[in-house]
Amino acid sequence: MLRKIRISLQVVTMTLVTLLLLGIGFRVHLWAGWVAKIQFLPALLALNLIPVILLHFWLTYTFGRIYCSVICPLGIMQDFFSWLGGKAKKNRFSYAKENKVLRYGFLGVFALAIIIGFAPVTTLFEPYSAYSRIVNSLFKPLYDLLNNWLASMDAANDRYNFTEVQIWTRSVTTFVVAILTLLILAFLAWRKGRIYCNTICPVGTTLSFISRIPGFGFRVRFDKDKCKNCGMCEKNCKAQAIDFKNGTVDYSRCVVCGDCLDKCKFDALHYTTKKAPSESKPVDTERRAFLVGAAVAGTTAAFAQPQMKVDGGLAAIEDKKAPKRQTPVTPPGSVSARHFEKHCTACQLCVSSCPNNVLRPSTDFMKLMQPVMSFERGYCRPECTRCSEVCPAGAIKPISREEKTTIHVGHAVWIKENCVVLRDGVSCGNCARHCPTGAILMIDHEGPNGTVQVPAVDENKCIGCGACEHLCPARPFSAIYVEGNEMHQIG
Amino acid sequence: MDRREFIKHIGSAAVATSVVLSACKSGDEKPQPLTGILDGQGEMTYRTNPNTGDKVSILGYGMMRLPVEGGGTFRDHPDANIDQEMVNQQIDYALEHGVNYFDTSPVYCKGLSEHATGIALARHPRNSYYIATKLSNFSPSTWSREASINMFENSLKELQTDYVDYLLLHSIGGTTKDLDSHQLFDTRYMDNGILDWLVEQKNAGRIRNLGFSYHGDVEIFDMLLRWHDEGRYHWDFVQIQMNYVDWHYADEYNTRNTDASYLYNELHRRGIPVVIMEPLLGGRLADQPDYIVKQMKEREPETPVARWAFRYAGTQEGVLVVLSGMTYMEHLVQNVATYSPLRPITPKEDEFLMKIAEEIMELKIVPCTACNYCMPCPYGLNIPAVFGYYNKSITDGAMPAGNREAKEYWEARKRFLIGYDRNIPALRQASHCIGCGHCKPECPQGIDIPTELHRIDDYVEQLKTL
Repeated sequence: MLRKIRISLQVVTMTLVTLLLLGIGFRVHLWAGWVAKIQFLPALLALNLIPVILLHFWLTYTFGRIYCSVICPLGIMQDFFSWLGGKAKKNRFSYAKENKVLRYGFLGVFALAIIIGFAPVTTLFEPYSAYSRIVNSLFKPLYDLLNNWLASMDAANDRYNFTEVQIWTRSVTTFVVAILTLLILAFLAWRKGRIYCNTICPVGTTLSFISRIPGFGFRVRFDKDKCKNCGMCEKNCKAQAIDFKNGTVDYSRCVVCGDCLDKCKFDALHYTTKKAPSESKPVDTERRAFLVGAAVAGTTAAFAQPQMKVDGGLAAIEDKKAPKRQTPVTPPGSVSARHFEKHCTACQLCVSSCPNNVLRPSTDFMKLMQPVMSFERGYCRPECTRCSEVCPAGAIKPISREEKTTIHVGHAVWIKENCVVLRDGVSCGNCARHCPTGAILMIDHEGPNGTVQVPAVDENKCIGCGACEHLCPARPFSAIYVEGNEMHQIG
Repeated sequence: MDRREFIKHIGSAAVATSVVLSACKSGDEKPQPLTGILDGQGEMTYRTNPNTGDKVSILGYGMMRLPVEGGGTFRDHPDANIDQEMVNQQIDYALEHGVNYFDTSPVYCKGLSEHATGIALARHPRNSYYIATKLSNFSPSTWSREASINMFENSLKELQTDYVDYLLLHSIGGTTKDLDSHQLFDTRYMDNGILDWLVEQKNAGRIRNLGFSYHGDVEIFDMLLRWHDEGRYHWDFVQIQMNYVDWHYADEYNTRNTDASYLYNELHRRGIPVVIMEPLLGGRLADQPDYIVKQMKEREPETPVARWAFRYAGTQEGVLVVLSGMTYMEHLVQNVATYSPLRPITPKEDEFLMKIAEEIMELKIVPCTACNYCMPCPYGLNIPAVFGYYNKSITDGAMPAGNREAKEYWEARKRFLIGYDRNIPALRQASHCIGCGHCKPECPQGIDIPTELHRIDDYVEQLKTL
């Protein structure tokens, strides 16, 4: 029973998290956004202590580490691989002692990294973000292919549900990290069950402090009278937490999966409070959702999109290249580079949500995989506040459209050598024409062939949205680009 | 309102506001009229009602958007109270500056408009103004003879008067889920004998002018005018929606509407005075995209954008009064200036406004034949594709137009924007036109390609940021 409830909840959580991360549209962040916001570390970094963190502590104290079983998507993913491993080799686990040195040692390192804001460690080991990177890097492109196919069907039938999106690798580093995370965890889970959760994972270790506290609370408990010492429970404990000989369960590592309860033929294990055994409340087990990821994988064949027929010929357009920015540009709402680095867990939710292809993971080691803005494929449009709506960690704080127009995330810089007005001798002003705040003035400039109009930036008005950089005709490097502001200026 | 819009508003109203502000600061309690340069230098224009000889100010005060405490109207603060003090002040200012027509209804402002209007007007001699109110028996509970009579009697009570100068059958031509326009009209006015009862009240002097306001099915409008011709009922005035867009395009954006040109001409040739509502088309004609504001400002830099619409609405000689639902003192001051005196629209200006109306209706097709002489654009644009998509959207009637509150508008907007991306890759869209002019001499049609592309880009941008 416990196992069935657990699996049902896992399917629900996994479906919601995955759909959210895939960015399936249908206002998914409005109805599934909560599942990211209840994740432990993002909530902690968002200083969402009440109610989220307290709720998790209470849940863990009362029910054991159910968080790790039904809320953490990385845990659920490992359960899936562990289950596959169990198919290959039955009854493969045995009790192991808790590795306190590694556990606490690593928690210490992690805590220190959070305090000093050392992003490579926090982002790499934060479990929810590790999972979301896998979805974002590996599954999202597949989903996007499906989406684009649906969009082409829509276009052919004059429907408007799906719109085509660009598919592109935003960061090779993040892609590699995601693949490695997936492979390593799949291997570990296949062989050793929840070994990662019980030695490395900082959330697992933190919650273990609570779950091991004796007292009132539901835990898996032995009924010594009934136990026949068959050892089936221990052999099927993926947390390696059951010692059947001594009749003990290490509650610091038990993730309340319920496998042992099902395996025990003698009804010697119960999930009860210390005193009165009672049934946990039933859940509608009919409520089975569907798994998207696997289904999408079948549709990788490239769908040739009908190209527009043009007779007059089109000039080739060279791709834009990102300029080397001295200060990276972080999204409006992220307050400052420092605030952002400290709070962002690099979960990539904002990256996958960005409709303008502006956000992508940083490759800078100190900001590893945390998103930065760049404008080769689009610019931060004035009407969009999506990233601030979805961020679960408070790294990008919620802002309104009105607020957005007053947040200066950077400022534009003109590169005279690239400007087509001087280089090609044409009149332009596309940057000034599209500046949403009117920060670019066209001023007279004495060029070799007489007076021409070139852009000048009013730094006070510039908010760093990147419209000028994106729409600048100079390629591959724009003649006007955005330099980030270390601390966002308001007003 | 986002910053862009805000900046735009500031831009268009800068002159106006600065005049108001400086006038306020000068210590005079009442703001001085906005003079601009061309308007507000003389006396209010009046029109004569041929039935009663009333000299009616061309500006009528619509009492349906009264200010509420805490700012704005009921739309902003649904639970607030009407700001009676402000209403009093504004009515005082209006009367002082020659406005003498006040139009209300038992259903305006959650049913509180008549009461507030009554309080404000009762402080002035009854013969110094005309009151218009309506028999607004929309709700089935008010269809009975008794309820409708009660509604009229209550109007008199709320307005603190024993007669109404102008009484309207409120919004004939509508339908309900179960009743078509004829059935609804019969239910509201004929079966219960209310129309005849109102005629009796008119004969008894409790109503001085009897008319109707019209929206919707033109058959009802035509039927009532036929009755007028046959002598069955006499309409002293009729209230219609008219502005420079509705003149020719009312039925283009809403098939239930009728072009104002038809309505006005039908009334005018019978000598029935016309009352104008919606001179700004729900505010839309005051809030225009940049490329339209620019054209207006190029003609008259000092004239507020809305003034063009008010001048237009008042120009026809058959118009008795133009209603404006003025929430803020600034609106009132500006409108008083517009009509003191009215500067009628000249034939040349009329042509200009008709062109603007075309642009507002997005009917400005680019005469591109897709000959591709302009191609390739050195900056990668697909010029004929942009024009082609835009033109096709117009000719298919797929442009988002009409009421922005309506679901249809948002559907059309979504289709237009998605279709734009589908038909033209983002890098080849109008936003990338730098205006180098390379294409311009190549066009055999003489299209000013960069200007047209920028216009389309402005339009797309405006849709995106809505």
